Amino acid sequence: MAEVPEHLLKRSAERRKALGLPGGEGADDASAEAAAEAPTPAAEEAAPIAASVSDEGAITEDKGGVPAHLLERARKRKAVLAGEDPGATAGGGGVATATKVAPIAAPVGTGPGGHTQRLLTVVKSGSIQQTRAEAQDKVHTWPHLLVVEFAAALAMTATLLIFSAIVRAPLLGLADVNQTPNPSKAPWYFLGLQELLTMFHPMVAGVTIPGMGLFILMMAPYVDSNPSNKPNDRKFAISLFTLFLMFWSVLVIIGSFFRGAGFNFVFPWNDGIFFEL
Amino acid sequence: MANGNGSNGNRNGGLKLGARAKEMGGKVGNSQVVTSIIRPGSIFRKGYTDSPRNRSYVIMNSVLYHLHPVKVKRHAVKVSYTLCLGGLSFFLFILLTVTGIFLMFFYRPTEAAAWSNVQQLETAVWFGSLVRNMHRWGAHLMVLTVFLHMSRVFYHGAYKAPREFNWVIGVVLLLLTLMLSFTGYLLPWDQLALWAVTVGTNMMGYTPVFGSQMRYALLGSKEISGDTLLRWYTLHVLLLPFVIVIFMAIHFWRVRKDGGISGPL
Ligand code: HEM
Repeated sequence: MAEVPEHLLKRSAERRKALGLPGGEGADDASAEAAAEAPTPAAEEAAPIAASVSDEGAITEDKGGVPAHLLERARKRKAVLAGEDPGATAGGGGVATATKVAPIAAPVGTGPGGHTQRLLTVVKSGSIQQTRAEAQDKVHTWPHLLVVEFAAALAMTATLLIFSAIVRAPLLGLADVNQTPNPSKAPWYFLGLQELLTMFHPMVAGVTIPGMGLFILMMAPYVDSNPSNKPNDRKFAISLFTLFLMFWSVLVIIGSFFRGAGFNFVFPWNDGIFFEL
Repeated sequence: MANGNGSNGNRNGGLKLGARAKEMGGKVGNSQVVTSIIRPGSIFRKGYTDSPRNRSYVIMNSVLYHLHPVKVKRHAVKVSYTLCLGGLSFFLFILLTVTGIFLMFFYRPTEAAAWSNVQQLETAVWFGSLVRNMHRWGAHLMVLTVFLHMSRVFYHGAYKAPREFNWVIGVVLLLLTLMLSFTGYLLPWDQLALWAVTVGTNMMGYTPVFGSQMRYALLGSKEISGDTLLRWYTLHVLLLPFVIVIFMAIHFWRVRKDGGISGPL
């Protein structure tokens, strides 16, 4: 059987204590109790059948009992098995587990402890099913996750709404192919690439580097063969990625704020900012 | 109701009205129409009680089951783990779809009309300016959240087995997000749009061997023109959203099939 996590056992024990149920102290008591309880439902299930045999008419078909003709058929069959005359009306068989038992007037208390069934064996789930999943500490999606998501969505909507009410999106003059603004800049997320253009041949900066970058990014999971996700085991991967992030951010920031007319290097505090979103 | 507790109003009448409203509510809540729409376990159903069974039903018996399992790992619910970045990227996409549809009512993708349409939207349409601002700032923000989401995933090592392929799909999503943003950038047809796109597309012309063909296919002409506008408009409002929705569906499905959120660290 899968292990029940420690804290769940503890929680259950506390709850049991609070409810005044037995087994509040340890898990062992709880399982013992469960075992003791187990036969009860089965006994209850068997009871109506027994009752209908012993006291015909008490629970009839229309009351949800076993149909009368079936009961009659079962009684005859059992009588045959017991070597009796099937025509005899007196006495019924026991229930399923007591097939070989000689006819009894009222089939109560055939087993030890007065039960009408026997517990043959307890089959642990692990022995007949392959249970691969470990028990995990889980919570219900509703409300725990949905509430968080809802709050995040609401906060995002509010932020965007307020920001948009205050800050206007730019709309410059009508597009004119004959009037090149100076400087001309790509959208901010491409400014790193535009920055590379100042250093490399356009094909290298515009095609080779971004192409390789994307390819490496896609291959990252297949290149990184370290199975651990603990930061301490991944110092190299983390350093590399941080370096990449910093390198890229610096390029975007330079392209955004430190490039003026002719895409020449300027200081924004001297020459102003040439940047539109 | 106004007469419920008016100073000289009929108190009795008010009570009756309240009781009647309650009764009406009960009737409506139990009617076949309502019960046929709202499935068992819904929090909107009459008599919802907070029980483990109903908590499961809320997910299992609703369209949410397409997105979420009934239970999730406890640590996955902590905001400090995912920082909600993937979810927020998705939510921004929804906001952008809604505001974008609004903008479409007022915009024609032609050289002659595009710019003045946007200007009219800013000045003459109710909430036009606000919605345009939301669409534009939301778009920039989405590029940012997707990028940060990717970084979060990397730092958690969440791209490792069995999630390798979802990372690859993620990179495609990043590309699609950038393309959506970039195609939208041209649509106002102002100086900013024209020249930003000129700079961006000039780079593609340097692709070896078929560079100029690629640029031509992208622009629909030798230089940026009205044809480019129509082409990018179609990409922006139809093709790219269609494709990104498919990839998002696969992305979310894989998150679940790969055993839910990674971790804990
Ligand atoms: C349109 C863009 C994207 C959307 C809407 C999106 C959405 C999501 C969502 C909702 C999750 C669930 C966990 C979370 O919120 O962090 C997720 C997980 C994930 N995403 Fe994305 N994502 C996008 C782009 C990306 C990108 C660019 C990458 C990587 C290159 C990526 C890789 C992953 C991976 C590997 C997971 C599993 C993480 C884990 O199990 O901890 N996604 N994504």
